Amino acid sequence: MSSKPRIATCSLAGCFGCHMSILDIDERILQLIELVDFDKSPIDDLKHFTGRCAIGLVEGGCCNEENVHVLQEFRRHCDILVSVGECAICGGIPAMRNNIPLKECMDEAYRNGPTVYNPSGVLPNDTALPLVLDRVYPCHEVVKIDYHIQGCPPPADAIWQTLVALLNNRPVELPYEVLKYD
Amino acid sequence: MSTSIRTQTIVIEPVTRVEGHGKVTIQVDEQRRVRQARLHIVEFRGFERFIQGRPFWEVPVLVQRLCGICPVSHHLAAAKAMDLIVGAPHLTPTAEKMRRLMHYGQMLQSHALHFFHLCSPDFLFGFDADPAVRNIIGVAKRFPELAVQGVMLRKYGQEVIKATAGKKIHGTGAIPGGVNKNLSIAERDALLKDLDQIMTWSEGALALARDITLKHLDELAGFGSFESNHLSLVRGDGAMDFYHGNLCAIDAKGRPIFDQVDYQRYLDYIAEEVRPWSYMKFPFIRSLGPETGWYRVGPLARVNLCRFIPTPNAETARKEFFEATGGRPNNMTMAYHWARMIELLHAAEVIRDLLHDPDLQGTDLVVRGERRAEAVGLIEAPRGTLVHHYVVNERDQVVRCNLIVSTTNNNTPMNRAVERVAEQYLNGVEITEGLLNRIEVAIRAYDPCLSCATHALGQMPLIVEIVGPDGAVLARRTRDA
Repeated sequence: MSSKPRIATCSLAGCFGCHMSILDIDERILQLIELVDFDKSPIDDLKHFTGRCAIGLVEGGCCNEENVHVLQEFRRHCDILVSVGECAICGGIPAMRNNIPLKECMDEAYRNGPTVYNPSGVLPNDTALPLVLDRVYPCHEVVKIDYHIQGCPPPADAIWQTLVALLNNRPVELPYEVLKYD
Repeated sequence: MSTSIRTQTIVIEPVTRVEGHGKVTIQVDEQRRVRQARLHIVEFRGFERFIQGRPFWEVPVLVQRLCGICPVSHHLAAAKAMDLIVGAPHLTPTAEKMRRLMHYGQMLQSHALHFFHLCSPDFLFGFDADPAVRNIIGVAKRFPELAVQGVMLRKYGQEVIKATAGKKIHGTGAIPGGVNKNLSIAERDALLKDLDQIMTWSEGALALARDITLKHLDELAGFGSFESNHLSLVRGDGAMDFYHGNLCAIDAKGRPIFDQVDYQRYLDYIAEEVRPWSYMKFPFIRSLGPETGWYRVGPLARVNLCRFIPTPNAETARKEFFEATGGRPNNMTMAYHWARMIELLHAAEVIRDLLHDPDLQGTDLVVRGERRAEAVGLIEAPRGTLVHHYVVNERDQVVRCNLIVSTTNNNTPMNRAVERVAEQYLNGVEITEGLLNRIEVAIRAYDPCLSCATHALGQMPLIVEIVGPDGAVLARRTRDA
């Protein structure tokens, strides 16, 4: 294994927009892969951790038990864990369901929708499906989170500058212009 | 039958390099013949319910958060529905062309992402290559020039989106009845500067996809393939159009099932079956029923359905595509890649034409008319036909929302593709690396955005399980690095 620092990323209950924003560093991605090795991440084909990671980037909050397990696994394997984007930080749009009983959401999707064909009225319940949580939780309510990068999604420059600072052991000081609060 | 047929099941998870969460189970009978394959979608969001009560003007920026990979599709499908709600069935030329530019920009970025970042590793390194190198980082190291082209094509699409929507991901350009900005001369000139290079790279990407497909036709033709119906929007004159058109469907031989239907009546034509083992529903054409009415959407369906592509180089490519099947609809799963790159080139040509259109500098941006309560917005998203349907009350609140996202339309086809691959490559109950890889490759051809479909996204884990007649798991393999 090379001595380069390792980075892992994951998308929990997010929309993948934060990962797209990571890709929006564009040609700097080629620079990034010279500086670091990517560990578990949807961007490569690694489905399990292969080593200790310097930085873990987490997109999305926790909406089911699987999200919780993945997040805990990230905490165990990463020195620094970063919540990237609104969903990781405060649940984001998926957390809009927190005010509504889960059953009402399920009924709308699988029983009442105008195109639904469901003669038996059964809701998806197979054991292959992970348990849905009562509400959507932000990441720092589940594990300790070291940094938060806000925005929906955070601009590519905010992600890039955070990574560069952390990899160089410098404090993360983002200029006002790259911060977005949408 | 007095004795139940005893079957066994194989399970695969997670599938990386497609977006979303999934798990595959393969059921086999006692003779180890494949009986059924299931791609389970394991995330649930509940958008249709929690959007109720929100003001309608908020919807185009809210629902695009379903998916960060093609947010523009959701943004525009919702905006098209809201146009009708505010009584604006016809937008100003500036507004419609700004939206088209945004949409074709997204088609370019999404198709480039899929082909270069997600799929090229399979083609460049082979289906059986070590997963540690079979990824975009491996491509960047071994084929740096190609990786740069992919990165820059995607970047250009994102820049087009930024110029039209204000930001690259989750922008705000479309509003009910129009748009909130035009294209400044400075923005136009910045985009024109790189255009020639983008055209050249798009032609190159198409040539690469075509050559790979034709070179390996013997292997790819049958790979995960099956006959199916096809569905997409088509412009009134038969032209390919990603932004607007009427609903059309054909069967595997090309015979029409319905033609040029006004999509406000989509409920008469499409329904979705619920099955207990997946959060993703199974759409079908009502007149044919759930057993035979399922269909494919996306690049393959669009190229099959349109009578012509209204830009010259993509049209030449379409004709070449049809020559490969003797003029009949193409039902090859792996032909999706070739069709997708024809669309990439078409998107680049449309962007070029739009950038030279002075209407984009117009200042008449918004139309209003007589308020309506209910409307449907359809669009051809990168992954296929996308349906948004809303009912709004007199207090401007959404009271009903129905979404059929592109990947959901391809639900049954993806299951069929996995089934075909399992039939072809499963030997006994051992889940080999080769089987695992090929299942992933077949799913990936459909470019599933499982985020949209579950109304969530993320990496798609691949776990394969073989389940036996008594429900016991006979074999289980998780893709390890």
